Amino acid sequence: MTRAVYDSIRAHGEETYPYECCGALLGKSTPEGWRVAGAIRAGNTRTDSAHNRYNIAPLELVRIEREARRQGLDVAGFYHSHPDHPAQWSHTDFAEAHWLGCSYVITEVAHGKAIVTNSFSLTGLTEETKQFVQESILLED
Amino acid sequence: MHIFIPTPLRPYAEGKDAVEVNAATISEALDVLTQSYPGLRKHLFTEEGKLRAFVNLYCNDEDVRYLAEKEQTAVSTSDTLSIIPSIAGGVAVAVNRAAAADYRAGEMW
Repeated sequence: MTRAVYDSIRAHGEETYPYECCGALLGKSTPEGWRVAGAIRAGNTRTDSAHNRYNIAPLELVRIEREARRQGLDVAGFYHSHPDHPAQWSHTDFAEAHWLGCSYVITEVAHGKAIVTNSFSLTGLTEETKQFVQESILLED
Repeated sequence: MHIFIPTPLRPYAEGKDAVEVNAATISEALDVLTQSYPGLRKHLFTEEGKLRAFVNLYCNDEDVRYLAEKEQTAVSTSDTLSIIPSIAGGVAVAVNRAAAADYRAGEMW
């Protein structure tokens, strides 16, 4: 992941604090994992419970996919923040994760400051066998 | 019509990000798609043959669920169908910060 993307998704979490931010990560698949070159901010449709839930409108995802194609990139994964909670996946994150093979990046934002950012790859071949596996984030300039 | 395949389903469509099918309706397009790439079927449909709840279908910019004729809607060669698995999640449970710190070592939250 480029440092610019890393900084931007953490800044997004600080801006939306105490609510959760969310967005998509664009990149290319490599043997070592996703090489993330860009991020697209998305609106959180869960205005009823934005401090602890996020949801990206499907139509926004359609447009994100179009933008990825335009840039010659793929949707590599998604990011969101956990305001005042650890950067670990929740039961809700797992239950509602359906992009197998993609990365889910979570940033803990404590008292308005981005603290820890972790990435979890949604592995497995089917919805029934999926699991999150933590992966390291390597930054490049 | 053009069917756009999302990242997680491409391994079941020979790695393709888009597939061109000849079909008169959305339903027919999905039939042609899953006949050509049978591995996609279980990811799109339940064992009862219903579209999985987390799979969204968009014909151009329209949610197929809200089209008058839904999957029976007629399509032309210039239409696009996007298959979009949903994206959602969040902390969801209210807990205090001291308890949260106990989990920071890596246990599932």
